[in-house]
This record gives sequence, C-alpha cells and structure tokens, in this order.
Amino acid sequence: MTEKVLMKGNEAIAEAAIKAGCRHYFGYPITPQTEIAAYMAKRMPKIEGTFLQAESEIAAINMVYGVAATGKRVMTSSSSPGIALKSEGLSYLAGADLPALVVNVQRGGPGLGGIQPSQSDYFQATKAGGHGDFRMIVLAPAFVQEMADLTIKGFDLADKYRMTSMILADGTMGQMMEPVEIREDAEITTYDKPWAVTGTGCKREHNIVNSLFLKPDQLEKTNIERYERYKLIEESEAMYEEFMMEDAEICVVAFGIAARVSQNAIVEARKQGIKVGMIRPITLWPFPKKPLLAAADKVNKFISVELSMGQMVEDIELAIRCKKPVELCNRVGGMIPSPEEVLAKIKEANGGKN
Amino acid sequence: MIVFDKPKALTDAPLHYCPGCTHGIIHRLVAEAIDELGIEGKTIGVAPVGCSVMAYDYFSCDMVEAAHGRAPAVATGIKRSDPSNIVFTYQGDGDLASIGTAETVHAATRNENITVIFVNNAIYGMTGGQMAPTSLPGQVTQTSPYGRDTKLCGFPVRVCEMLSELEGPEYLERVAVNNVKNIKKAKAAIKKAFENQINGKGFSLVEVVSTCPTNWGMTPKDALKWVDDNMIPYYPLGVYKDRSGKEEK
Amino acid sequence: MAKLTFKTDLCKGCGLCVDACPKNLLTIAKDKINQKGHSPVEITNQDECIGCAFCATMCPDCIITVER
Repeated sequence: MTEKVLMKGNEAIAEAAIKAGCRHYFGYPITPQTEIAAYMAKRMPKIEGTFLQAESEIAAINMVYGVAATGKRVMTSSSSPGIALKSEGLSYLAGADLPALVVNVQRGGPGLGGIQPSQSDYFQATKAGGHGDFRMIVLAPAFVQEMADLTIKGFDLADKYRMTSMILADGTMGQMMEPVEIREDAEITTYDKPWAVTGTGCKREHNIVNSLFLKPDQLEKTNIERYERYKLIEESEAMYEEFMMEDAEICVVAFGIAARVSQNAIVEARKQGIKVGMIRPITLWPFPKKPLLAAADKVNKFISVELSMGQMVEDIELAIRCKKPVELCNRVGGMIPSPEEVLAKIKEANGGKN
Repeated sequence: MIVFDKPKALTDAPLHYCPGCTHGIIHRLVAEAIDELGIEGKTIGVAPVGCSVMAYDYFSCDMVEAAHGRAPAVATGIKRSDPSNIVFTYQGDGDLASIGTAETVHAATRNENITVIFVNNAIYGMTGGQMAPTSLPGQVTQTSPYGRDTKLCGFPVRVCEMLSELEGPEYLERVAVNNVKNIKKAKAAIKKAFENQINGKGFSLVEVVSTCPTNWGMTPKDALKWVDDNMIPYYPLGVYKDRSGKEEK
Repeated sequence: MAKLTFKTDLCKGCGLCVDACPKNLLTIAKDKINQKGHSPVEITNQDECIGCAFCATMCPDCIITVER
C-alpha cells in the first residue's frame, strides 16, 4: 500500500515518470509546466538519472530522440508554443518508430498567446503533430491522479507500439493540487528492443535508427505498416468514462478540466430533472468513437464543452456520423467555462424546458 | 603483407558520393580511428542531413540518422543514455554551422563528451550547390549567382575560431584532406578526438576542409588545388583549442 | 616488391590517385568502362610500385589494397 500525498499535477507527472522507469528528462522552461523540469532537476541526480536543460525545445526533443534510439524510457515536457517547436522531432520520432513520452500542459494561443489554461492544441495533438502521415497516442487527464496514471500508461503504450505518447493536459491540471497515490507496486512492463542502438559489440549487424526512405515504394510500405499498427490501437486502446449516461437524452462530451466543470453542471441539471450525461474521452487519439456512436442512437443532442473554438466538435460529428446535432459550449484564451455556463447550455439544448 | 586496405569499421556498401568527393576519405579516416582504437562494438554514429545523410549505411557500428542540424542534440541523448558508448556525429557545414548552430554551440559549451566530425566544403552539396554559411566571399553558388556579397548575406562562419572562445570544449582542430600530408594530419586529429572521448575529456571537434568538385564546377584535381588556394587561406589549419595539449593557437 | 589490387568496379575514375603517385604509375584507362560506367584506374607498371600507399590514401572509395 502506498500513502496518498498532496501533489501538483505537474509534479505527479514527474514522479510517475520516474516510477515508470524514466531516467532521462530533457526540457526547456515554459509556463505553465516548468514544475516538471524543476522536479526532475531535483530528483534525477539522486537516482542516477539525467536531467538536462536543453538550449531549446528543438534540442530537447532531439535529445529525447537520441535516448529513445538507445531503447531507454525518456520524456520531455512543454507547453503549447514549445510543443510547436518540437513538431520536427515528433515527426522524426514517428518516422523512426521510436517510443517517447511528451507532455503538453496547454496554454492559450495562437502565437505567444497567454499563460492561462487552454485546450486549443487539440488539432495539433490529434491530427497535426508534425509533417507527414503519423499519429500520436493522446492521453487527456482530468484529475491529478490521472496525470500520474496516464503517464505510466503513456510510457507503456509508447513502448508497446513504438510511438510517441502525448499527455495533453492544461494549465489547470498542471497547477492543481490533489491527493495522489503513486503505487509502489504498480507493474511496469518492460519490452524487448532489438532495434535499439546500444553498440553492436561486434556481435551483430549494425542497427540503424532512421526515417529516410528515398525509394517511394519503401516509404509507402513503412507508412502502410505504421497505419496497420494504428488501426490495432484504434480498435483496442480507446479509453473513456461514462457519467450518468444510462437514460441520458443529452450527451456532454468533454475532457480534462472541461469534463470536471461539466460534471458539476450535469449533477445540477439532473437535480432540475434534465436527463443529461457525459462521455469523457480519456484518449483523444484513439478517439472513443464506439461509445459516441452508440450514444447517438439514444440521445437527442451532443454538447462539446471545450477550452477551444470547437476543435473536438469535428471528431464528435465524425464519430456519430452526424446523426444528431453537436453544439459547442466553450471559453477560450485562458478562460474556463463556469458550471453555470455549462448548465445554461444544457438547459438551452433541452429546448429551454426546466 | 597487406599495408593498406579498407578499414573494418566501413561496410561494403559502395559510397554514393560523386567522383573525387573527399567525403569518402573522411569516412575512411573515421573508420580507421575506430579500428585502431578497437571501439567499433561500442560506437554509435549520428548521420546528418546533407550529402552524408546516408553515412549510416557506410559505418559498421550502430547508427542513427538525425534531423537537419540536430546531430549534437541527438548525440547528447545517446551519450547520456550510456556514457560508456562512444558517440560521434558526422556533419556538413549547412547542418552544423547554419541550421544546427545552436546545437553545436551548446554541445560545445556543455563540453559534451562526444566527437564531432565537421566537413566544411563551403557549399550545400546535396541540394545542388547553394550558398553555405561557410561559402567564401565572392563564391558563386546557385543562390549567390553573382558571388557571395558580404553586404547582403554577411561573412562565412569560422567554426573553430568561434567555438574556441568558449570555455567548454576540450579540443578543436581544423585539418584538410587535399593531399597525403594533410590527410595524415587529419587522421591524427580524428583519432585524438576519439581518444579524448574515451578518456572522458569532453567535446572534441575536428573541422575537415573538404571539396565539392561537382558543385564547385571543377575537376577533382582542380578542387584540391582550390582548397589550397582559396579555402585554407580563409580557414587556416591548426589546433584552435586543446586543453590537454601544449600547442594552442 | 609491392602490389596494388583495385576493386575496379567501385572506381569512379576521379584520378586523385593518379596525381598522388610519386612514380607516375597510375592512369585512367580511357578505353575501358566499369559496371558504374566510369573509366577505372589501372597501373602501368606494377614492378616499379614502391608500396607507398599514397594512391590508396587519396582514394575516396577505398578501392585500392596495397601489399608489400
């Protein structure tokens, strides 16, 4: 048994990463995730790990690429503008089929934007992490406990499928303090990595970690093979949570902090007799399409609650094949919708009844 | 008795370089150093983007292909993962001195215990001969068709001189491979750069003044002469920093 | 007595070895063509080779083996 300790979301990610066997962290300061770097700077030297403050986000992700190539667990963390800089490395990691964990504690954008919470990197994380055809596993924690659990899960999925896992959190999740249990006895699976560059020992053919394929038929083959793997992930790894969906006529879809605000609004709406529930995607890629499609036959409306201009709306519409209307309840720029605002939207969706 | 043969640390893959391109000589010198130091089994090389992008096919040791300019950062990750491995990067001038300047400078100032082989031929070869950070004033390239105008695009970057101002790096030397005598010196420098890493001394960079007969528009023979007449006067050969050695420029 | 062996099919005919030979023993065989489509190097008089390996030192493609 492990005791619960009070931790910031950012610190929970860092401690969970260490628990998952990550001994290499590379980062560059940016609000609101710098606690991860600060935590790693303190902890890593004490456990013979590496903490290195890189000269840039670009350098940091390429250091990650280097460690990942050697087969060890490695991570970096940043916030929105910094993740944009890491896009190059994210694409190369995908092209070379290297596992890594990348944390994005989002802030408002575009441009320098602001430092307050946002979910406006949804497209970037789920669809456009960098150039070329590739995906990342995108995990969206809504509790500090999930910041820890999904970090461990993220490392596991990254190794299992040889790809990048991204924790897509937001400034609120990063800064929020909650009791967390990082289980001492959590099982950490280790994976064979015969492809890693560890030195040939002059006993085997040399390994090459590479994303260059000049022959188009070869490059096509690597892309198709990668997408076969992605298909398997879509079938088996989608995670979500249903809340009061049994008899729901309205389905709220929200992740991260938006889901927590929505949950309060739903409890209040239920008190007022409105049959509303929520599907909370925990993985944004793979997107939980199946439960949403199933819900589309039962509910009249969907409401996407987001801290963006409505980026997830498109995925909901695709998942439910536009069978029912999807409305948007959002605040942006670092603003967070209040439970009252979400409740008002639920009431409006309920046809102004109640 | 065989007195000269292809080193073991090179694979049998035929090099894709143009006739007379000195990349092949530099590859061989790196491989000879690896052979002589007996480190092939624990060496990991990092290939750049540029003409030598496919260096990963040519060295027998484990290899990683990096994004353009990022080789020192990638090498940092590899070295930090297991410091007992010997890690080298092989980079051209566009890669190391333009798009990857920050990675180069910071790996140097951290005295990252890696070996950097920097091939300076004053041009972007792979993309067909554009102006490089090291193209000489007045040098005609595809993107400086009237000659490099220093008023418009500034002056060439002298990497060894620039890095020698830093406290961090252990060893910086500029060599050339345009004749047998210079090749022997280049070999010694490259070997020393690997020895420094083995002995934990830190960042060692060997700048190799090289040729690009194709994009310079010359015969291989004339390109070697152009190195003597134009490159070396602008990029003087010698040791720019050697914290353990006696000779310092 | 020294002996040179050439991996003729890998020769690109660049001629750097030709200029390096202190005894002027090497030549590009203009009348021949190898697998790569280049005219390869050949030695005109093996008996005079001193095995200095200057040619092999200059060869960018490692096609020359020197025996002494």
